Amino acid sequence: MTGVSIIGVGMTEFGERWDKGLRDLMVEAGVKAIIDSGVDGPDIDAVYGGCMSAGRLTGQEHIGALIADQSGLNPIPATHVEAACASGGLALRQGVLSILSGEHDIVIAGGVEKMSDVDVSQVTTTLGGAAELEWESSLGATFPALYALIARRHMHEYGTTEEQMAAVAVKNHDNGSLNPYAQYQYKITLEQVMNSPPIAEPLKLYDCSPVTDGAAAVILARDDLAKRYTDKAIRILASSQASDTLSLHDRASLTELNATKVAAKHAFERAKLQPKDIDVAEVHDCFTIAEILAIEDLGFFKKGEGGKATEKGLTKRDGQVAINTSGGLKACGHPVGATGIKQAVEIAWQLRGEAGKRQVKGCKIGLAHNVGGSGATGIVHIMSR
Amino acid sequence: MVGIVGYGGYIPRYRIKTEEIAAVWNEDGKRIAEGLLVKEKSVPGIDEDSTTMAVEAAKNALQVADIPSNKIGAVYFGSESHSYAVKSSAAIVAEAVGATPNVMCADLEFACKAGTAGMQICMGLVKSGMIEYGMAIGADAAQGRPNDALEYTAAAGGAAFIIGNKDTIADLNGTCTFTTDTPDFWRREGEEFPRHAGRFTGEPAYFKHTTGALNSLFEKMGTKPEDYDYFVPHQPNGKFPLKLAKDFGIPAEKVLPSLLVTEIGNTYSGASPLGLVSVLDKAKAGDRILMVSYGSGSGSDAFDITVTKNIESARKRAVPIRKYIDKKEYITYGVYAKFKRKIKGI
Repeated sequence: MTGVSIIGVGMTEFGERWDKGLRDLMVEAGVKAIIDSGVDGPDIDAVYGGCMSAGRLTGQEHIGALIADQSGLNPIPATHVEAACASGGLALRQGVLSILSGEHDIVIAGGVEKMSDVDVSQVTTTLGGAAELEWESSLGATFPALYALIARRHMHEYGTTEEQMAAVAVKNHDNGSLNPYAQYQYKITLEQVMNSPPIAEPLKLYDCSPVTDGAAAVILARDDLAKRYTDKAIRILASSQASDTLSLHDRASLTELNATKVAAKHAFERAKLQPKDIDVAEVHDCFTIAEILAIEDLGFFKKGEGGKATEKGLTKRDGQVAINTSGGLKACGHPVGATGIKQAVEIAWQLRGEAGKRQVKGCKIGLAHNVGGSGATGIVHIMSR
Repeated sequence: MVGIVGYGGYIPRYRIKTEEIAAVWNEDGKRIAEGLLVKEKSVPGIDEDSTTMAVEAAKNALQVADIPSNKIGAVYFGSESHSYAVKSSAAIVAEAVGATPNVMCADLEFACKAGTAGMQICMGLVKSGMIEYGMAIGADAAQGRPNDALEYTAAAGGAAFIIGNKDTIADLNGTCTFTTDTPDFWRREGEEFPRHAGRFTGEPAYFKHTTGALNSLFEKMGTKPEDYDYFVPHQPNGKFPLKLAKDFGIPAEKVLPSLLVTEIGNTYSGASPLGLVSVLDKAKAGDRILMVSYGSGSGSDAFDITVTKNIESARKRAVPIRKYIDKKEYITYGVYAKFKRKIKGI
């Protein structure tokens, strides 16, 4: 069976894009990806668009058709994919599956979120919809609160410290400072993180990813067709997805995301690789503790060692495995529906050697890890040159 | 040349500290005060509102102008907290200072810039010869919803200017306005407190419009930021105006003389006018002043002003704004809630 390759990538600058609406962002990212790939519009068979909540954040539903409409791609099928903060990763996976099924040859998978049109409390409430309604969000548990519970338990079980979590933010801002697409292109210090105001203790402001507008897109093609368009195709070695309970209290453990573990296990099996083979990874750091969980659950470090590994610099660009070279959700920004696609874009740039000042030298294998909610959806993609 | 012949300001005596408000909401007052660069704000007494403050400022301006009040042919009063939804506050001021009955009056509203809009209207009326003197007032008893970010800055105060073309103390060389439909901050009919779009009030609102108006003014007047001795920006907090100045390469020492917000909070329609009053209290003949207001919704009025030799003698009749700033009495949040009628059941 043939595989699937990424033959073109594109993204908007992430940030508070006051002058750009939902459709401007999605079209900009899509057009950039199409130009990058060299395909013509009529070559594209289908559209998969990840977006968590345009309906509540902008009032616009029917995102799939809107993308096809605004991109001039009618009448090809267009599908909106939603899995909370993993909507982008799932759109990518749906695109991959549609090609693997034999139905399509070339598809565009994109993600978009326009979050700055409403005030922060509305954003928090909307994002809270990704948690379990009856026992979590309706009782006032916001995402910072849920991840704070996870952080507390991780600190209790493994001795993880607030400084170790802060080290994630410092490292990701260092990477973001080198990424011209990042929302925060500046470095921060450990002291700044530690002195930032509490959001949900032990999480402080600088432990949290921001509210962001942005979009990203990739063009996917059947492996054997990819060569017609580009000599820098990135092969998708594995695409996997797993689910878990929406509510934290229904889980056996608060200190691991089982959906991530299962998705990673399947992905490594499919790719016939091991965690140590990964050179560069984009992981889902919606909060700093989430990156610590991710690098443990993906198998890069032993459970409980993620904080220490970060503190030692093992996840820096020149470390054991380069984590979140884009700046991650923390510094590059987190337009929720776009994040999963942005991760694939960053990995593609890294593997092509086009990541500019943040380039990880000689990287060959990359991984993208996208989480929905507090871990109810886990999606992992492994890619290579 | 058309210019300012009289100026005056007024700030109520009551102050509440940022930390006092923050303590009520379990916030870090020190951090908020440092972030906003606002350590305390003025609070109107229980018998004060925008109109009473406008009257005080108008009286002070008339004293400086030293003209018969019946020569004032127009009173334009800008505020977003007019005492009446329907009934002219400007008429109350005109009556109080003895300018009635042959006087054009209107209440203006353009969020925080209606005071400078009044200055522009008076400039036009004086220039055209329709009136000899016009009075423009910007004053507010600003509303801030309890526990909203605005509560830390929404203050009270106002300033009045008498515009004429004889014996001016500061010439109004030119003005430019930059206006777009930008919904960053608003209060609908019947609503008690304004609502705002959070961080949207920054770059796409305050900075875009003030920058736009200033650039238009520089182009129109053929000037550069460094040609001015003082910069008087709208000051919703201490941070925005200093960043704006920095963006134009204007050193902080040219802004600080007008930066009253750190001591009295944001007086809304009174903010940049009070800043100008503060500068006129110390400027010398020949000094050139750059002023820019900002009103949500949104627009900015920029002014190019040159102080004349008449300033010295006129200033002897002025009540220095510093007198109002320094004459203060701190109140608790409880008294503040009473003064601002935020206690239910009274």
